[in-house]
This record gives sequence, structure tokens and C-alpha cells, in this order.
Amino acid sequence: MQITGLPLHRLHQKRLGGEITTLQIVQAYLERIKAVDKELGAFLYVNGESSLVQAEAVDKKLARGGKIGTLEGMPIAVKDNFNTRGIPTTCASKILKDYVAPYESTVTRKLIENGYILIGKTNMDEFAMGSSNENSAFWPAKNPWDLERVPGGSSGGSAVAVAANLAAGAIGSDTGGSIRQPASFTNIVGFKPTYGRVSRWGMVAFASSLDQAGPMTQDVEDAALILKAISGHDELDATSLKVEVPDYLRSLNQPVKSMKLGIIKNLDLESCDSQVVDIYKESINFYQKQGVELVEIEIPNLEHVVATYYIIGPCEASSNLGRYDGIRYGLRSDAKALKDLYEESRDLGFGNEVKIRILLGTFALSAGYYDAYYLKAQKIQNIIRHQFKEAFRQVDAIACPVTTTPAFKLGERINDPLKMYLSDIFSIPPNLAGLPALSIPAGITKNNLPVGLQLIGDHLQEGKLFQLAHFFEQNHPIEKPKLMI
Amino acid sequence: MDFEPVIGLEVHAQLATHSKIFCRCSTEFGKEPNHNTCPVCLGLPGALPVINRRAVEFAVMLGLATNCEIRLDSQFARKNYFYPDLPKSYQISQFDRPLCEHGWVDIEVKGETKRIGITRIHMEEDAGKLIHEGEDPNASYVDLNRAGIPLVEIVSEPDIRTSEEAKAYMEKIHSIVTYLEICNGDMEKGNLRCDANVSIRPNDKAPFGTRTETKNLNSFRHVQACIDYEIGRQIDVTLDGGKIIQQTRLWDANKKQSKAMRDKEDSHDYRYFPCPDLPVVDIDQNLIISLREKLPELPDDKKARFQEDYSLGHYDASVLVVSKEMANYFEETVKNGATAKTASNWITGDLSRFLNETKTSITESKVTPERLTGLIKLIEDGTISGKIAKSVFETMFETGKEALEIVENQGLKQVSDETQLREICDEIVRASPSQVQEYKAGKQKVFGFFVGQAMKQTKGQANPQVINQILKELLS
Ligand SMILES: [Zn+2]
Repeated sequence: MQITGLPLHRLHQKRLGGEITTLQIVQAYLERIKAVDKELGAFLYVNGESSLVQAEAVDKKLARGGKIGTLEGMPIAVKDNFNTRGIPTTCASKILKDYVAPYESTVTRKLIENGYILIGKTNMDEFAMGSSNENSAFWPAKNPWDLERVPGGSSGGSAVAVAANLAAGAIGSDTGGSIRQPASFTNIVGFKPTYGRVSRWGMVAFASSLDQAGPMTQDVEDAALILKAISGHDELDATSLKVEVPDYLRSLNQPVKSMKLGIIKNLDLESCDSQVVDIYKESINFYQKQGVELVEIEIPNLEHVVATYYIIGPCEASSNLGRYDGIRYGLRSDAKALKDLYEESRDLGFGNEVKIRILLGTFALSAGYYDAYYLKAQKIQNIIRHQFKEAFRQVDAIACPVTTTPAFKLGERINDPLKMYLSDIFSIPPNLAGLPALSIPAGITKNNLPVGLQLIGDHLQEGKLFQLAHFFEQNHPIEKPKLMI
Repeated sequence: MDFEPVIGLEVHAQLATHSKIFCRCSTEFGKEPNHNTCPVCLGLPGALPVINRRAVEFAVMLGLATNCEIRLDSQFARKNYFYPDLPKSYQISQFDRPLCEHGWVDIEVKGETKRIGITRIHMEEDAGKLIHEGEDPNASYVDLNRAGIPLVEIVSEPDIRTSEEAKAYMEKIHSIVTYLEICNGDMEKGNLRCDANVSIRPNDKAPFGTRTETKNLNSFRHVQACIDYEIGRQIDVTLDGGKIIQQTRLWDANKKQSKAMRDKEDSHDYRYFPCPDLPVVDIDQNLIISLREKLPELPDDKKARFQEDYSLGHYDASVLVVSKEMANYFEETVKNGATAKTASNWITGDLSRFLNETKTSITESKVTPERLTGLIKLIEDGTISGKIAKSVFETMFETGKEALEIVENQGLKQVSDETQLREICDEIVRASPSQVQEYKAGKQKVFGFFVGQAMKQTKGQANPQVINQILKELLS
């Protein structure tokens, strides 16, 4: 019987129907991890024994006639930048190689309250900086649809865990596309919520004003389930929003007819891979045929988003990563003098991409440059925010590609960071504007490579995204690509 | 050549909240190292700050008490630098949008009132503490109990011109924060400390000279001594044809001199930027109104009231209101029936002296306002003389006994009985014929001899007025 690869809400149905047990579910995923993860590199830590013990407990509860929630006993993988008490939390960095989290992040605490099983911690670009997972200090994760290609990043490990059926679902974090881009590259659903919808407490900061946690799942319903579980106001995060969390599952089957979908007029599709453009156009045409009204909108300053992002992100990162100084925890050099201790610990502990961004941020915040960079970037950010706000007066959601290309080859862009940065042009705007956005599987290229469609929602309008995405998923079946492993 | 010093002070005051500024850890002093810590104040990966609203209220109260404008959308900023006592490698402080701005306080030096401008008051977190002794003599240890304790930094305008003014300003700030009960004001524990910016210029029309900043002055005396030292040093350098360089200096209280810590060229670039973890500090007008209503009577108002209600002189009133406790003590004493002027004399005189000598706070004094009133009443109704009262007070201060009890037990009551005193005086006059002769020959001074003898024989308890009267009669 097939277990791995099914959406977790279906696994739950089968479990309630007595077809399978929680233990069988967990065992199936653990076996799959054992079989293929050496090759894929999705996990940095696998929580084997304890997962099985927890699974048995859930089955006992069910046998006693206890009521269990959908997420209860479900093996979910968590990106390694979430603090999980008593379990290594490395951010895929040498500087935190042996770091064991002494407290629990709010996201995982809420999942624990829902009875989830942490099956393991997933690989990522170091400190979430990257779009290919090649910046992991340990090993790169590989795309299960083509092992020579990257799974995207920075939540590459979480994407691979779901796409290659190593976990029933996963948690990622998204600062400039880190959930959506790997979701698009691996044919899964990736959801970045409104900034402040999900607490950042315990999620290791990269760029605090842009970071947001979200689900990475087999289908839209799973994403709604997990997002509902992890959302909500948190007193421990001053930027978390004090608003009710709607039941996203109720949005799923709402009709989409006469909804308005925004199409960005000034979108630069020239720089995109032609198959990505084709799939994007085909997707919006599908919506149109189904009675969704396409409305042309303009976000005039879109061409500045990459530059803006690569100032704000590194500025905040340069400050956020100052704490890894070898004094209290993490890697520490043997240097005797204080200055040497700082320099050597950070030199040994951080990888190149992290160093680049720390340097960029440190420079941009320096006396005399602040106004020209950070302040100006903030101004553009405000303008973009405003432009989206204006656009959402006319539309329910905005559609655009997730990224300019399908998954690229390992090593292909390592020496061309600018190209890597520029490919984030479509995924960055929602982070700058604090808006919810998701990626859903939309098509397959001739080379068996998945391509996602991005839907961007208005502030706190996650429900509309679920509505549109679920409709697409149910009514626009795409041929699943063939797993290479 | 004359120089005019130009001085500005930056005073740091620890706010007396129960918990830290961005986490719920206790602020209790004296716990074992790193006891009062959590992921936030340890700067662990993923931890986030949340503002302590009480600390904000305290800072707003201070702003109101110092006539500042309160910003309704003030913002926290990160001040980035590396140091082992700074766990996040940035201090959360305020930069271009401080909570309070454009205020002032009045100080008084040599009877003259002067207004000192307050540029800004901002909130920030304290850093931890490095400890250089421990198991390993080559190691330094970090104690983060203090990290995250709320501070306000009060930055004055460069309106101060002398070290006395600087001291008076610091004392005034101390008075205000302790009146407001937002700071314990214990300078030895570092509750209140100050950095002094000093420059000199040839005259009061000239542009400001290059300034130096001396760090971490933690007593009123140090502030004054350090500024005097720095003014002298700058004058010497200038007269020798040298140039003052902009630098940070460190005061050595033992040597009573400062030394350069770093020059401007090696000063940090703190790379301030708005802290993305903390939203703008929302303050609404209602909060300001309610805090303003709750403000206690402040030193200046109290002084004016004391002069008015108790007919006290300007000086007495100023001294009494320096601390709220002393002012309360005074009012309590008067309420119990003591004359205001007499009470003021005792409190600012003997009581203050004894308290200082024994390092006792006025609230812990064994001579309570009730007991002081008892003593004053005994003087005023003639039971004891002023001179005896001083020794009675000393016993009271040591033992905590009532004045009357001491006077009765030791038989210190003043003798005013004329018959009894006349007998004593008769005896003295009879026994001192030569002195009588001298006096009668016009040597007025000898009168003192007779009074002295009379006091000696009565152990000082004789009523001096009665004695004078009798002796004059006998010798005429
Ligand atoms: Zn704490």
C-alpha cells in the first residue's frame, strides 16, 4: 500500500478508516529516508527512535477511542533554522555545528501542541542565504526530479523532503522566496504567509523584517492545515499580528468565478526561460476560462526590488549574525586575544555567501552610506508596499511566475552570484511588501522539470490564495514528473 | 588668558522595573552570575525582544518631569559593536527618534538659579559585566545578569559652565529620578552614572572648542573632580601651544586623573539602524495625561511650597528637598508639633551629619520624626538646654530611645529654680574674692568665669538666663 507521497490529510483519513496505523506511516517515511537520503541530502538530523515511540503512543490513543487531530502523529520535517529543544539546530552553518537548541520555537511548539512528530531537521543554505541549497556548510541537497540539479533554496532540504516523499509535510522559512522558489523547483506547494501571521520566536533570524515561516506540502489542503496550526499572535514576537486566524480549510472549496486576478503589466518576462513563460501564460488562461477575471495592474518600481532586497536583507543580517562571535556558544577559535578570537571564529565558522552578505550589510550601514543605501532602500520598500496596496483595490490576488527558470544545475551559478540574485525578482516583492504568497505546481518542462505558479495575496488574505490555489490544483491536473530516486 | 569651559553631561539611570526591558527576567541585584538570564538577554539564536511597557512609562514620567516633549512614535535602533559583555553584538537603544526631547531642569549654584537644557532622553538596555577573576587566572568571565536592565540616557545641552553646576545638575537629576521612584539612585551600585563632555573656549562668544568625553563617573564628587581636572588639563595643553584632540577618556578615582581611552579616529562606527524586531513605540495622549496626573510633587515645587507654607529660608528649603525622604521626614516632624525652623535646623544639621557619618539612610534613622519632635519640645518648653539637647540627640541616634526617657534617666533636666541656683551662685562669689575684685574694677570678661563655675557645678543643667540674672545681682 502506498503511504509516502500521499498528502497528510489523506493519510489521516486512511488512518481513521483503519487502513494504516501511525506507526506504519512513520516507519514508511523513516525507511524512505534511510533508502534515499544519502543521495538526496535533505536531512541534517533524523529523529528516528523517538519518532517511532511517539507514533505508537498516537495509535494507542486511537485504539482507546481517543480523538486525534489530522497533524497528530504526522511526521513533519523542519528546516534547521527553527529552534527545537534538545535537538541540534545548526542553520547549516559550521558556526552552529554542535549547537543544541535550549528552547522551542513558537512554530514547532504549536506543532507539538497539535501532536506532530518531528521526523528530522532539514538542510538549507547557510543561515537561509541562498537560492540553491549549495550554501549549506555540510552538503548540498539534490533535486529529486533531476539529481544533477539544485532543489532551490534556501529551504531546499524541506522541499526535497516533501517532493521525494521523505516526510508528510515540512516547515520552511521565506525571506525573499526561500519557501516558494524551492517549492516551484520541486513540484510542491509552498506558502509564505503575511509578515506577522506566524511568530518568528525561535526561528533564527536572517533578515528580521522579511523572514516568515510557512508550510511546504504535497497539496493545498495540507498547506492550509499546517498554516492554521502555526499561525496566530505570539506575545514573544512583537512583530506578530494580533488578529484572529481564520479556518483556512473553509476557503478551499469556495467558488472562484468572478474573482479578479491581477496580471502585472510591466512584468519583465524577457529575461525568463520561455517554458516558464508558457506555463505561466497557460495557467492564467486557465483561470480566465474558468470565469476568473484577469485585470492588468502596474507595480511601476518592480525593477528595483532586487537591489532593495539586497540592501535591506544584508543590513539586517550583518547585525543579526553579530552574535556568532565565539564567546558564548558555537564555534570558537583557540585565539588568545579578543580581536583574534572574533576574527578567527567568524572566519572559520561562516561560509562565503554569509560573509559576502555580512560585508554588504556592514558597508551599507556604515557612516556616510546609510542614507544612500539603507534609507533609500526603505523608501523604495514603502513605495512598493503602497503600489501593491493600490493594486489590491482592484484585484483579489496577483499571479506571476515564482522564478525566472526551472531548477538549474548544481554548480551552474556558484560563480555568478548576480545571476543567482536576479532570479529572485518575482519572489522578492511579497517579502518587501509583507504580503502572503504561494507557489503551486503549474506545469512540467520538456526536461521533466517542474514549474510553479505564484499567487500573491493582499495583507492577511491567505484565504483567497488557498481558494484560488485549491481550485487550480483540483481542476487543472498536471502530469506529475517522474521521481529520479 | 581666561577660558570658559563648556560642559554637557550624559546621565545613565537604571530604571527600577521588576523585569528587564526586553524579557521577563528579574532585575534583582546581587544574584549569582547569569542567574537572571533567558534566551533573549543571552542573545541566543532566534530569541526576540518585547518591550516592557512599564519601562516606557517610567521614561515618559521622567520626560514629563524634565519638561520634555514626548514623542508618540519613538523607535528603537540597534547600536552595533562587538564586546563580550554585549551578547547580541548590538545594544538596543534609540537613535534618531528618542522618546523625549527639548526639556530642561533648573539648578541652583551659590543662590543663583540657572536653566540647563535637556537635548533628549532615550531608552536602552544595559550590557553585561566582565569579571576578570575566577578559576582560571588567564580567563575573563561574563555575567549577563545586568544585560537587558532598562536604562534611560539623559543628554544635556552644553549649557553647563562650571564643575559646581555639573554637580548641581547631576544632583538635580538624582533628585528627580528618586522622587519619581523610577530609579533607586544608588550610585555605588551604578544605578546612576554619567559621562562628561568638556571643552574650553577663550570667551563666551567664541565657537565651542574640541571636546573630550570622560566615561563612567559614578559619584557627584567624581563628576566635579573629573571636570575640574579636565578643564585644567585642557587649559594647560592650550597654553602650552598644544591642540585638544577629540577623545574618550577614563576617570581614575584613586589617582584623581583621567587618561585617554581612544581617539576619534579609532572610535566605533555603530551602524545604527531601526531595530526590525520592535515596532514603533506607540504612546497615546491618554497615557501621557494619566502619567502626568500621577506625577508626584517634584523638588522645585516642594521647595516653593516649603518656603511658602513653613516660612523657611531659601537655603533651608533647598537642602530639605534634595531627597524626598528628607522632605517627608521634615513634614512629619512639623506635623507632630515641632516648629518648622527648629525642625529644619536639626534635620539639615545634626541629623544629616550623623546620617552621613554612619552611612545611614534617613528612613532607617533610629531618631524618627516623632522622636525628634519629642526632643524639640523638651528644648522649647525649657526642660533641657540646647547644649544638653545635642548630647541627648547623640544618645537618641545611637539607642533609638525617646528624648524624655534619656533626660529623665540621666537627670539632665534644666535647673531653673531660683533659690537653688542663688545658693550655688552665692557660694561661688564668696569663694572667689579676687575675681570679684577684678570684675568690680571693670574687667567685664571675668563674668564668664562665674557663669562657667555655675554651669560646672550644675553639670551644665542650669538655666543660663537665670544664672546670668542672679550673678549680675550679686556682683553689682
Ligand atoms: Zn532575559
